Amino acid sequence: MSRLPFYLVVALLLVAGIGLSIHRHVQFEVPWTPGEQRQVWEIEAQVNFLADGGPAKVEMALPSTQQGFRVLAEHTASPGYGLSFLEENGSRRALWSIRDATGNQQLYYSSRIQVAPRARASDVTPPSPEPDVAWERPYDTAASQVIDRAWARSADPFTFTRELIRDFSEQRQGENARLLLTQFDRVPLLVRLLNQAGIAARDVSGLMLDHGRRRQSLTPWIQVYDGEEQALFNPATGEQGRPDNLLLWENAGKAVLEVQGGTNSQVYFSMLSRNQPAGAAVRNRMAEASDTILNFSIHSLPLEEQALFQTILLIPIGALVVVLLRVLVGIKTSGTFMPVLIALAFIQTTLATGLIGFLLVVAVGLVIRNYLSYLNLLLVARVTAVIITVIAIISLFSVLSYRIGLNAGLTITFFPMIILSWTIERMSILWEEEGPKEVLIQGGGSLLTAVLAYLAMNNPWIRHITFNFLGVQLILMALILMLGNYTGYRLLELRRFKPVTED
Amino acid sequence: MWTTPGKLRAKGIIGMNRRNIRYIGRYNDRRLYPLVDDKLQTKLLAQRYDITTPALIGTVSTQFGVKHIRDMLDGHTGFVIKPAKGSGGKGILVVERVEGQHYVKPSGAHLSLKDVERHVSNILSGLYSLGGSPDVALIEGLINFDETFNEYTYEGVPDIRVIVFKGYPVMAMMRLSTAASDGKANLHQGAVGVGIDIASGQAIRGVQFDRSRNDHPDTGHELASLRIGNWRTLLRLAAGCYEMTSLGYLGTDMVLDRDHGPMLLELNARPGLAIQMANGEGLRERLDLIERQPEGLEIEQRVDFARQHFARRSELDPVQAASA
Repeated sequence: MSRLPFYLVVALLLVAGIGLSIHRHVQFEVPWTPGEQRQVWEIEAQVNFLADGGPAKVEMALPSTQQGFRVLAEHTASPGYGLSFLEENGSRRALWSIRDATGNQQLYYSSRIQVAPRARASDVTPPSPEPDVAWERPYDTAASQVIDRAWARSADPFTFTRELIRDFSEQRQGENARLLLTQFDRVPLLVRLLNQAGIAARDVSGLMLDHGRRRQSLTPWIQVYDGEEQALFNPATGEQGRPDNLLLWENAGKAVLEVQGGTNSQVYFSMLSRNQPAGAAVRNRMAEASDTILNFSIHSLPLEEQALFQTILLIPIGALVVVLLRVLVGIKTSGTFMPVLIALAFIQTTLATGLIGFLLVVAVGLVIRNYLSYLNLLLVARVTAVIITVIAIISLFSVLSYRIGLNAGLTITFFPMIILSWTIERMSILWEEEGPKEVLIQGGGSLLTAVLAYLAMNNPWIRHITFNFLGVQLILMALILMLGNYTGYRLLELRRFKPVTED
Repeated sequence: MWTTPGKLRAKGIIGMNRRNIRYIGRYNDRRLYPLVDDKLQTKLLAQRYDITTPALIGTVSTQFGVKHIRDMLDGHTGFVIKPAKGSGGKGILVVERVEGQHYVKPSGAHLSLKDVERHVSNILSGLYSLGGSPDVALIEGLINFDETFNEYTYEGVPDIRVIVFKGYPVMAMMRLSTAASDGKANLHQGAVGVGIDIASGQAIRGVQFDRSRNDHPDTGHELASLRIGNWRTLLRLAAGCYEMTSLGYLGTDMVLDRDHGPMLLELNARPGLAIQMANGEGLRERLDLIERQPEGLEIEQRVDFARQHFARRSELDPVQAASA
C-alpha cells in the first residue's frame, strides 16, 4: 500500500496553506504579528471660494494610492452640493456642483491615508513631450541657450533636469534664466523647457506630511520620465527623489483646483498622524476588496459573524493541542474533545474563574450524581437529570456570586452545560468502576489539556494568525494528518515501558 | 523514571500509536468489529468453527423475556450472566450455585430471583454496554476452573490472553487476579501478568503494577512452576480465531475448563500492550517475522511455526523465588 498519495495530499495542503498565507501577507499587507502598528494620516482639505451668485462647479484633484501611501477611506462635507468622483488614467478628481451659490463657500474633503511601504501607484500615462514649443522673441534664444548649456553638462533626462534646475537657482542664475523668469512662473517654465528638450515631464503637486500642521498648501514638484523610469525633482533645489513624507495630491499635471462661477478660490490642508493597529487597517481594506476568490475573507462578513468566526477558527488550534497531547504525550482525557469546549468557556470566563467554576460544578455534580446512581435510572434519563442538576448548580452559583459581589461568577454560564453533564456522568462511572485514582488521572488530564488549549487559543498572536490567514487552517490540517500517521512512542510510554528495558 | 525511545526500539516494544496505525488499522477491518464486540455473535460464530466456548444456556433480549428467566435457569447449578456488548468485565454476574430460592455468588453473597432479574434488566437497558446502547443478556454455563491454578489466583478466574497475528499465536500471558485488583483480571488494576512461553506454556516472567514479581502477592505461591496444560490445543484454538473472524491483529481470551479443556471466552480487536511487559519483550520482532511469512498456511503449521520461533527460556528462577 503506497503512502505516496497521502504525502502528496499533505504536501499540497502545506503548499496551498503557506501560499495563501504569503499571498495574503504580500497582497493585503496583513502583518504576521497583531501588535504591528501602521501610521495613518487624517488629511483634511478645505476649499474656500467666493461664489458669484449663480451655478458653480468646483473640481479638485484627489490623492490616490501611490508609492508609500494607501488611501483607506475618504469623506466629503459639502452641504447643498452635488458630488461626483471622476477617475481618469489613474488620477482622481472630485466634482462639486451647485445651481445657485452666493457668498463665501466652504467645501471639505477628508481622507485617511495609511503609510504603506509596499503600496504601488496604479499606472499613470507618462506625459508626451510637446515637440513644438512656441516662444516669443527674445525668449526663444534664451530658452535654447539654457537648454544647450544644461544639455552639454548632462547625460540623460535625469541629469539634464538637475542641471536645468540648478541653472535657475539663485547662485547660478545666468542672464538667460533671469530673463525667462521675468515672463514665466518657475515650475511651468521648467516643464516647458524640459518638454522642448524632448523630455517627458510634468508638474505635479504634493503635500508634505507633518503631524499637526494646519493651513498647509501643496508644493509643486517636477516629475520626469526616462522611458519606464520616472523621478521626482524639487524645482527649488534640483534634488532628485521623493521625500518619505511627500504625498502626491495631484499626479496628472493638471490644476489642483478649478472653480467655475466663483473667485478667490483657495485650498488649505490640515493633517494629523496617528498609529493604528495593523489589523484595523486590514479590516478596512478587506471590506473593500472581497469579490474575488483569493480575497475570500472572513472580513467581508458582518461584524457579529466575524466575532463568531474568530472563535470558530480557533477550534482547530484547540483540537491540535488535544491531538498533540494524546498522540505525542499520551495524556488521558475524559471525552476526546471535551477539553477544547472547556477551553472555549475559559476564554469567556478567564482562566482562574473558569478553573474554580469548573471544579465547583463538577465536584457538586459528582456528589449529586452519586445519589442518582442509587435510583437505578436508565442512562438517558440519568444524564438528563444530571443536566438539570448542572443548570441548577450554575444558576445557584451565579446568583450567589452576584449577591456576594463577585461579578466574575456570572461568567460561569458560559460553560457548555451538556458537555459538563456528560463529563460528570463519565467521571462518575469511572469512579465506580476504576476508583478515584483514575478519575483524578483523567480529570487532571482533561483539565491540563483544557488549560493548554486555552493558553494556545487565547494567545494574541495565534488569534491574529488564525483569523487573518485562512491558509493556516490548511497548514493545521496537514499537521494533523501527519500526526495521525505518527507511529512512534508517546512520551508517557517512555515511562510505562521503562521496566522492560531495565533487565 | 524515563527511558529513551532508542532503548524501547531496541527491545522491540510497540507503542499505542504504532499498534493503532500499523496493526489494528491495517489488519483489522472495521466492518468485522461487531463479530468480536458482540459476545453473542462471537459465540455463535465460534460454534460454527468448532471452537470451544462456555455452554450457552440462553439469551434474553427483551424486558418481557426477563420474566421467563427462572425457567431458563431451572436445572442449572451454576451460571454466568453477561452483557453481549459489555467491555472490561463490566456487568458480569457469576452465580456459583443455587440454594433453594437463593443464588449464591462466589463471594458467598446471596441474591434473590428479583436481584437477578434486575441485573438482566439493567443489561438490556444498556447499563454496561458501550455508549449505553440497548443490549442482550447472555446466560452461560459456569466454567469449572482447572484447580491446578488455585494457588496462583485470588478469588477471580485466571485467563490466558494470546495475541494472534495473521493467524499465528505470537505472544501469550496469563492474568492472575489479586486482592489489589479486587478479583478482576485487569493488569492496570493490580492483577499479576505472567508471560507464557509460546513453545511450552511455561511461565517466563511475572509483573504486577509494571514491576517484575516472582510470586503471587496474596497466595505467596511462586510463579516459576506455573505451566499451562493442553497448551497446544489452546494455541490451536486461539489461532483458529483468525479464520473465524478474519481479524489480523486479535487478542483472544481463553480459560481452562476442568472437563472441556481450553475454551474461548472472548475476543478483542484492540488488545492492549501490557502483554509486552509481562513477557519482558516487545512484539515488534515477532510481528515483523510473521509479516514475512506466506499466506494460506494451515492452523497446525502456524502453531508449529510459532512454537519453533518464539520459544523463550524462563526468567523465573525457582531457587531464587523460594529464598525471596
